[in-house]
Amino acid sequence: MMRLTLCALAALAATALAAAPTVAQDKVKIGYAISKTGPNAGGATITQIPNYEMWVKDVNAKGGLMIGGKRVPIEVIEYDDRSNSEEAVRAVERLVTQDKVDLLFPPWGTGLNLAVGPVFNKYGYPQLAFSAVTDRAPDLVKRWPNSFWLLGTSTQYVDSLVGLLKKLRDEGKIGPNIAMISIADGFGIDLSQAARKGFTAAGFKLAYDKSYPIGTQDLSPLIGEASRSGADTFVAFSYPPDTMALTEQSKVASYAPKVMFLGVGVGFPMYAQRFGANVEGIMSLGGWSKDNASTLAYAKKHEEMFKRGPDRWGSQIGYSSLQMLEQAIEKVGKIDRAAIIKELQTGTFDTVLGKVKMVDNMMKDNFWLIGQWQDGFFVGVAPQRAGVGSVVVPKPAWKP
Amino acid sequence: MMTQDALRVLGVAAAIAGLACVPFLLGDYGLSLAINIVSYTVLATAWSLFSGPTRYVSLATVAFFGIGAYTTAVFAETLAWPLVLLIAAGIGILVAGIVGLSTLRLSGVYFVIFTLGLAELVRQLVTWYEVNKTRTLGRYVFTDITAAQIYWQLLILAVLVFAAGFLIGRSRLGLALRAIGDDETVARHSGIDATQAKVALFVLSTVFMTLTGAIMAPRWTYIDPAIAFNPVISFTVLIMALLGGVHRLYGPVMGVVPLALLFEFLLARFPNHFSIMVGLVFILIVYAIPRGIVGLVEQTVRRPA
Repeated sequence: MMRLTLCALAALAATALAAAPTVAQDKVKIGYAISKTGPNAGGATITQIPNYEMWVKDVNAKGGLMIGGKRVPIEVIEYDDRSNSEEAVRAVERLVTQDKVDLLFPPWGTGLNLAVGPVFNKYGYPQLAFSAVTDRAPDLVKRWPNSFWLLGTSTQYVDSLVGLLKKLRDEGKIGPNIAMISIADGFGIDLSQAARKGFTAAGFKLAYDKSYPIGTQDLSPLIGEASRSGADTFVAFSYPPDTMALTEQSKVASYAPKVMFLGVGVGFPMYAQRFGANVEGIMSLGGWSKDNASTLAYAKKHEEMFKRGPDRWGSQIGYSSLQMLEQAIEKVGKIDRAAIIKELQTGTFDTVLGKVKMVDNMMKDNFWLIGQWQDGFFVGVAPQRAGVGSVVVPKPAWKP
Repeated sequence: MMTQDALRVLGVAAAIAGLACVPFLLGDYGLSLAINIVSYTVLATAWSLFSGPTRYVSLATVAFFGIGAYTTAVFAETLAWPLVLLIAAGIGILVAGIVGLSTLRLSGVYFVIFTLGLAELVRQLVTWYEVNKTRTLGRYVFTDITAAQIYWQLLILAVLVFAAGFLIGRSRLGLALRAIGDDETVARHSGIDATQAKVALFVLSTVFMTLTGAIMAPRWTYIDPAIAFNPVISFTVLIMALLGGVHRLYGPVMGVVPLALLFEFLLARFPNHFSIMVGLVFILIVYAIPRGIVGLVEQTVRRPA
């Protein structure tokens, strides 16, 4: 009996949650489940959620998306996936089958984007993931042709970094030894693994190579050992909290290698605020164009709306992905998801990053992979494309 | 008497058959809600199988759940599915045996803290191994197992966990455990091998948790230690079991169903206030129904008499 009740209750709940009626296209329903709580919340609130809110506001200010000759406003349905894969899968299923959304936005991070991948694919929704870095991206595109992996692969970042360091070494600006530390989590392991191969192949020697557990607060022993290793290039594939700690503790220890490359967080607006002039010369992933009026305008608008600037790595790519979606929908002229996916795969789009055309569902040379703080601006220094800044070496000494 | 028993068996069989039809009746979302409810039913019932009679509050649920999920992640692409489940169960038994033998002499708050630490220990071990040996963190699970198949496997597991609970309740082991729960010293003096009984039950209860993890893993495509060993799972199971009531076999499920539906409702309607709402609900549960739903129902039924 009790089990029947269970069954009935589940059915009841399913129907109760399916209350929203659908009316013929007088609005476009867009849904997303994102980590508002849990360990992913930090990244999601800095890089992802502001872009969603800003884009929806921008489009609705125009009256909505141009579909079939008239403007159709956007309605948003949002859920919290609590940084949990199972919740994310269920929330996306709820958005598709209960809320019957027209389009979906992706969740934050590699893990959750992969978790919801099969659901996006099953129902044929375009998935424009811009907060996932995975070397499996080309395989994933074959498996899920509706998925787009805009932030690139770890190999791309490492190749750029290696190329940059090789040039500096050949110019005699740095020595052949590198000290590398990495966080023992997806990002740090992927990148350090690719870097280990790349550095060795380019003739560098890893004088120091250690990983540290997630949540490590005292990094000064690692800094000390890296300093004593004799390497004048320091590379850390770190997460925001350790990026902050590394900067602070290197300053205290007066550890000033010629090249200082740190991980996620260097591009965050709070990084420059907290360390002021001391960010000078520090390198990281991402980068910003000095002469691109549209990214500058985007940053300004972001600051006005949220009282803080965008992340200098993923944010611009995120906003561009939404612009691409917008233009693909308007070109197709109706909510025909298969046609929208096709348009995203083949079309050329006008975004804050400039003209973008995807190759195998990924961006090619549309954004900076490596950046460096120069005169208070996080300048893109690799890959070699229009507007590239030249690297400043050695990093200036710490100021008190 | 015979006819009543026969009717009961028939009723249970009909209920199981009805539940097995769920994938045909409900859409994909309904099915994933059902998967959630059945998986927590197995976890909470398995949890109270051990923690109910012995009163050892365990926070190690996710340690075993994660072991199961990781076993799937490692072997799913190369081995046949039944073999994967068998290996998962084997590893679960091994770990539970070692842990049980070395820690079930602890009691009270020491045991709670230890089990919380165990989940973290297993997670750090897996991380250490992946970082230093395989040099990858995060594994991909690409299988052809559908949501309906996951649901059916969980349903079978649920039937097994109830059957196990039913049989233990009527065995010498069940009696021994109740004695231990009431007063371990007295039980030992009456000639009960308390350690052996506790370890046996601990192992049995954790095998179900391990298998739940192994069965659930194909739903997520990607697994890393943070996903597989998420401590929230342990706490959720504990609260569900306590809300239902742990002194009856069917108690935990009475907590799982309302809480799973409540979480779903809160997440859908109050995505920005979820944590606050859940906190309020928990406070309410602890103050208003300290003996669980089953206790409340039994109390109300008895009162008029």
